[in-house]
Amino acid sequence: MMNDPHIPVIGVVTDIRIDTPDVKTFRVVTPDGKKAFDHMPGQCAMLSIPGVGEAMFSITSSPTNTEFMEFSIKKCGCLTQWLHAMEVGQQITIRGPYGNAFPVDTEFAGKDMLFIAGGIGLAPLRSVINYCRHYRDRYGKIDIVYGSRSMEDLVDYKEIIDEWVKDDGIDVHLTIDREQPEWTGHVGFVPNYVKELGFDTNKTAILCGPPIMIKFTLAGLQELGFDKTQVYTTMELRMKCGVGKCGRCNIGPKYVCKDGPVFRCDQVDELPDEY
Amino acid sequence: MRKISLDKINQLFAEISSKSSLYIPVDTAAGAKFEKYDGTKTMSDALNTVRSAKDFFFPQTENMVDFKVEGKNIEIVEPVNEYEDFVVFGVRACDVKSFEILDRVFLADPVDNFYKNRREHGIIVSMACTKPAETCFCGTFGIDAASPAGDIVCHKTDDTLYLDAKTEKGAQLLDSLNALTEETDSSAVDAQKAKTAEIMKKLPLAGLDASAFGADKTMEFFNAPEWKELSEACLGCGTCTFVCPTCQCYDIKDFSTGHEVKRFRCWDSCMYSDFTRMAHGNIRNSQLERFRQRFMHKLVYYPTNNEGIFGCVGCGRCLAKCPINMNIVKVMKKLGGNK
Ligand SMILES: Cc1cc2nc3c(=O)[nH]c(=O)nc-3n(C[C@H](O)[C@H](O)[C@H](O)COP(=O)(O)OP(=O)(O)OC[C@H]3O[C@@H](n4cnc5c(N)ncnc54)[C@H](O)[C@@H]3O)c2cc1C
Ligand code: SF4
Ligand code: SF4
Ligand code: FES
Repeated sequence: MMNDPHIPVIGVVTDIRIDTPDVKTFRVVTPDGKKAFDHMPGQCAMLSIPGVGEAMFSITSSPTNTEFMEFSIKKCGCLTQWLHAMEVGQQITIRGPYGNAFPVDTEFAGKDMLFIAGGIGLAPLRSVINYCRHYRDRYGKIDIVYGSRSMEDLVDYKEIIDEWVKDDGIDVHLTIDREQPEWTGHVGFVPNYVKELGFDTNKTAILCGPPIMIKFTLAGLQELGFDKTQVYTTMELRMKCGVGKCGRCNIGPKYVCKDGPVFRCDQVDELPDEY
Repeated sequence: MRKISLDKINQLFAEISSKSSLYIPVDTAAGAKFEKYDGTKTMSDALNTVRSAKDFFFPQTENMVDFKVEGKNIEIVEPVNEYEDFVVFGVRACDVKSFEILDRVFLADPVDNFYKNRREHGIIVSMACTKPAETCFCGTFGIDAASPAGDIVCHKTDDTLYLDAKTEKGAQLLDSLNALTEETDSSAVDAQKAKTAEIMKKLPLAGLDASAFGADKTMEFFNAPEWKELSEACLGCGTCTFVCPTCQCYDIKDFSTGHEVKRFRCWDSCMYSDFTRMAHGNIRNSQLERFRQRFMHKLVYYPTNNEGIFGCVGCGRCLAKCPINMNIVKVMKKLGGNK
């Protein structure tokens, strides 16, 4: 047994949930039914189908879930296509956890939290949100702003409606890009919605989503008076090793797989504009 | 310090290779390269082997793990890597230094065990340079070509080979050769070092200064307008990265043999256009960005993460091999205000 970080272990897919037309959430355990490893919110894992490929995915389940891990995966290429075609019982390989994590027990402790996500960007945030819900008394008020193209594209819609909105001290603000007959909620893009909602600045904000959404939402938050030191985000670069060695995922001197994927927005400013 | 007459060097090689694999630089039609000593080969006096010595610890391709796939099931089969002890003889000062640079990547937490195993099984016998080339600039990075590091350090004069053990591992090997060597003082070696130092001072790149670069200078150089001109002719061929002893980027790929899947890693290059390509785009779309990455990594990013140590050892391979004659020296001169 070499115990090298590149060598994965076996994972078994025990549940598959269809979230949206192109996102499925997979539940993964080891062959003896356990969690493959512990992690903290924001950390990722390398999943692979031997012969097809290996790629990095956020662990969307909370560390407080001691039974299994979940991954919400968007179909967009070779490996993800294959993963979407899987049936329950399929074995995959898994290695991790990789990356830093959100500072949930330090900088976030005692704070009011504002989560802002677009599309599949909810995947890393769901882990933090459920962590905060589990340790509810460690955090102040929680606001969640989540938007997608359409109602059908909202990931984890069932969990949001059945659980999150029912919690005390959590406000969920959903939005979709364009009107839909069945939709009674807000319509419009996330950055504008955040400004309309006009949050007080005594909060820590976490932003995850497509780069363009992050850019405009960050600007919006700054208009509301937020400082970049109060805003966290995650970065996504092509990865191979996950352990800071293959040289693929750097932004300037930082390796996103090791020093990230979580960055505070003022730290992002210190990096060259190459992401 | 021990010495042996050069007439007896084949006896020395035979003795070492009777206990473990021995690699020495030999001249071939395609230039110097390290080959396994088999009793017939003669040692090359070339300065640089065409491919650097990094292959010994970070081979161009390396099988990491195998998978047997049956229906929905996967079996992980770890390759049985029998790492044997080996001796690399005649490594130059720059290449010895490159191992330290690779160590800081591969031995950093979490340790890369493929690399670590090879490293632990290898003994480095270095060879001091006496006739550095015009493309050499190891001195820029504080490397003394006349006093390399290594487990055993060798100095070669016209008729004698001097051997000095620098580590425990080296001392063990050298002791085992005592029947062939004899004790000596360092006067001949000291004289040679002084002579080499004089030659080094007169090398065309002797004055090349790297102090403009280093840790925490990302923003100072990243947006420099000079990158455009410097990178304009770059073909993106990746030659500079493959010959470089400190370039460590790799890809991980799967290969299906029909009944199993082999996962291996292989050298990759940041000079290639699909190196960073992702589902939602590419962060380095132009050759300017890729070219900048390579040199920023050597001169700024690596030092930023490694207490100011540069990621180049001045071996000159990229100077000799680039088809358009672009290289790190030109980059340093243009951006760093060197003449
Ligand atoms: C830290 C991190 C966290 C992530 N978290 C998640 C997550 O939670 N959920 C999620 O769904 N995704 C996540 N991702 C993204 C995920 O890793 C990618 O979607 C995945 O790598 C795609 O793999 P693939 O094999 O399906 O796509 P690939 O087949 O590799 O390609 C994807 C697309 O890229 C283009 N492409 C790639 N290579 C080439 C080429 N050689 N030539 C031409 N075009 C090419 C193609 O347009 C293709 O459609 C994360 C990524 C990172 C780095
Ligand atoms: S960058 Fe060029 S000179 Fe420097 S170590 Fe690499 S090949 Fe040698
Ligand atoms: S700098 Fe020269 S050797 Fe390197 S990729 Fe460009 S053309 Fe090839
Ligand atoms: S994925 Fe290899 S260095 Fe980050």
